[in-house]
Amino acid sequence: MSIEVRNISKSFGNFTALRDVSLQVHDGELLALLGPSGSGKTTLLRIISGLEVPNPNPSSDILFHGQSVVDRPVRHREVGFVFQHYALFRHMSVADNIGFGLRMRPRATRPSKSEIRDRVGKLLKLIQLEGFGDRFPSQLSGGQRQRVALARALAVEPKVLLLDEPFGALDAKVRQGLRTWLRRLHDEIHLTSVLVTHDQEEALEVADRVVVMNQSRIEQIGTPDEVFHHPKTPFVMEFLGQVNVFHGRVTKGKIELDDPFTTEQHEPHNNSNPQAIYARPHELDIQRELTNGEGIAAKVRRLHLAGPIARVILEAENGGHVQVHLSLERFYELALQPGVAAYVVPKSGRVFEGASKTILG
Amino acid sequence: MTASQQRIAPGRMMPPLQESSWVRWSLTAFSCSFLILFLFVPLVVVFTEALRKGFGAYWAGITDPTAWSAIKLTVLVVGISVPLNLVFGLAASWAIAKFEFWGKSLLITLIDLPFAVSPVVSGLIFVLLFGIHGWFGKWLDAWGLQVIFAVPGVVLATVFVTFPFVAREVIPLMQEQGTEQEQAALTLGANGWQTFWYVTLPNVRWAVLYGVILCNARAMGEFGAVSVVSGHIRGKTNTIPLHVEILYNEYNFVAAFAVASLLALLALVTLVAKTLVERRIHYSTSLEPTTVES
Amino acid sequence: MVWRLKKHSVLPGFGLTLGFTVFYLSLIVLLPLTALCLKSTSMGWPQFWETVSHPRVWASCRLTFETAATAALINAVGGFIVAWCLVRYDFPLKRIFDAMVDLPFALPTAVSGISLTTIYASSGWIGQWLARWDIKLVYSRWGIIIAMTFIGLPFVVRTLQPALEDLEKENEEAAACLGANRWQTFRFVIWPTIIPALLTGFAMAFARGLGEYGSIVFISGNMPMKTEIASLLIITKLEQHDLAGATAIAVILLVSSFVVLLCINLLQWWSSERVRGVA
Repeated sequence: MSIEVRNISKSFGNFTALRDVSLQVHDGELLALLGPSGSGKTTLLRIISGLEVPNPNPSSDILFHGQSVVDRPVRHREVGFVFQHYALFRHMSVADNIGFGLRMRPRATRPSKSEIRDRVGKLLKLIQLEGFGDRFPSQLSGGQRQRVALARALAVEPKVLLLDEPFGALDAKVRQGLRTWLRRLHDEIHLTSVLVTHDQEEALEVADRVVVMNQSRIEQIGTPDEVFHHPKTPFVMEFLGQVNVFHGRVTKGKIELDDPFTTEQHEPHNNSNPQAIYARPHELDIQRELTNGEGIAAKVRRLHLAGPIARVILEAENGGHVQVHLSLERFYELALQPGVAAYVVPKSGRVFEGASKTILG
Repeated sequence: MTASQQRIAPGRMMPPLQESSWVRWSLTAFSCSFLILFLFVPLVVVFTEALRKGFGAYWAGITDPTAWSAIKLTVLVVGISVPLNLVFGLAASWAIAKFEFWGKSLLITLIDLPFAVSPVVSGLIFVLLFGIHGWFGKWLDAWGLQVIFAVPGVVLATVFVTFPFVAREVIPLMQEQGTEQEQAALTLGANGWQTFWYVTLPNVRWAVLYGVILCNARAMGEFGAVSVVSGHIRGKTNTIPLHVEILYNEYNFVAAFAVASLLALLALVTLVAKTLVERRIHYSTSLEPTTVES
Repeated sequence: MVWRLKKHSVLPGFGLTLGFTVFYLSLIVLLPLTALCLKSTSMGWPQFWETVSHPRVWASCRLTFETAATAALINAVGGFIVAWCLVRYDFPLKRIFDAMVDLPFALPTAVSGISLTTIYASSGWIGQWLARWDIKLVYSRWGIIIAMTFIGLPFVVRTLQPALEDLEKENEEAAACLGANRWQTFRFVIWPTIIPALLTGFAMAFARGLGEYGSIVFISGNMPMKTEIASLLIITKLEQHDLAGATAIAVILLVSSFVVLLCINLLQWWSSERVRGVA
């Protein structure tokens, strides 16, 4: 079932959580809403579920499979919602939690007790918690609780699955495991799903498409590699990974850096204004001697070698810090030591129209 | 047609976790009438009855010499029992909150004990101890001392019924605050007394005040326990509540309500003070770091 | 291993404060209560039984228990609705109503006693309306119930309020997402969570009603066998210099409030056990 969100705004008192947001979720896809806290992603999810009501506006609408659901209360929207803190009913056993939605149905559509038991059994198997049906939520670990919450949401056979920071309260290791498990589960059941997260790694790894949100608006929608490699705004670039910012200009497709000493007072070489150039650490190279082209003179300050790549932090002569990721081979080839002088050379970089000036590093 | 196809009229979107306004309004109306009927009306009646025959009669009731001696006795009783229980409350909280020792939970239970004893029984136990047929009755008599049907009995009974008030407000708060700050103070060279005075006490001062307010209200208004031990000797062992009873039983309603209105005023002051202090306690505990929202 | 009474601590003042605490506790609380226990045990069972089984004593105890239970029940229902509205809804003067709930704690019982009597007497504000329908509450067991309801209300409301405030909104949202309507959410999600608090409040109001004296003596009429509560009978026995009889009734009151107290502790243990470990 596809979801369409049209021109939705939402304010809480003076605070605007969403500003005229529109979005399409395709049938069967797993979409991630990614953004810092306060960006409006959770509000958007809650409006889709019906837990929150959008500002009244004739042009705003929410459609499930082309049908408007904006007037439909939560309990008739047939959404599965998974909460960050699980929201399990602590006085009910795991099995009772999972079967809750089925038991709440009107008598005419309510499955029989044995049918409910069968359905619960199947779901327990799906979440790999067979034999845990009689336990209480307090007897489970965080990861197990969140799986129960997921099973509970799936039990009512929802048309869409909405997950609000489902792994946010778990520790890193459990999180990684659940993330892979969720993706596999999605590939099995192909339920249209929307996942809210502030963890870019999680979004990029799990989702088919990522919606990056900032300050109540959508910044960019795209597949994980689109948003990572072709960010449309400085915010997306900075939010999805580490970034170095330089001052300079791009002329005829070549990067020309300003002398870092004189960023502020320097008279420009030509008529084009200095711009902020964004480059990820792996898009930079280090050279001991400047062979050709532009480079920034800097001193090596710190080295992080624990990992598949070498992370080098350099200090430019104006005091700004630059982070460069090198392959280990390249690193040993350069024989870098703290204190050594070198040049930082951009292999590629990006300029955004209207981007604000940002300090180096 | 399944439930999911039901639709409510467009434009009538209700916040999803709210009862219908009909339910809301009838419940609220019930609550307000319940509170007005059971709490507000009894309070108002005290003042209307007291002023029924005009301000002159009201003033006469309050300034009557026996009323005055009742007021003086009550102030004396409060002046003894509140400080005693305050000192006890602070000592008990320090011992219980800052140390781990065997029998601690038993001690906490015992401190709460007077709350479980009904007022009349609280009076009775002192009669059993100090009454003429009691344990120490003969001995006291031989020395010419009188406890029961005298001021000491009234004080003892009041101390008993107000015993836990300060302790039970301060202990939980002190326990919550742990011992880290005190240990820090000791490492900085403060002695035990300084640590208590400058570190511990400021942290719990609102709870202490709260306990004192409750203790004071109960000490002034205690009726059942005091009634058993006082002997109702006019001008001598009558506290304000006992004086109210006597006037009422003599059908001197205006004077009874006039004196009662003093206690009702005290209750109002207590409520206001309690509300203000509760807000301070809430404010000071809400400054503590809470779980970080992600 | 050396068995120690106290874990080591760097803080000073343990001996002094604990010593004073135990001394003062023994003097003010334990010694008098021990006197009561010894007095009652010195009576022996036959004498105790003879006192208690006297029709007048029996009637007063029964009356006290019945009225306290009725009042606690009224408070459980009324207090629940009051607490619910105070926590969940907004209405004018809400803060004043909220503060008013503590009035029975703050108002001396003698004052509430004469005030309630005046209101419900046949010439009083409410009494005169009831008199038209030939309903007489004062000097009957209904008068006792009214006074006990007044006294017990804050116990129910103040126990329920934090429980209602602690309810997680997410749980109700989850229920709504799973298709439960408002009533189902209340019945299956909210109710089971707050029932321990409601029972605790009920028990506390009941215990308070059992021992209440001041507000009742004025309104009850104090007719032996009919409207004479246990506390009053203790005083009557004392005035007749029947110390043993007074002690016997006191023991019954004391033991029943301890039983209620025990029930409250068990309830709280049970409810915390039920949700243990869930953040």
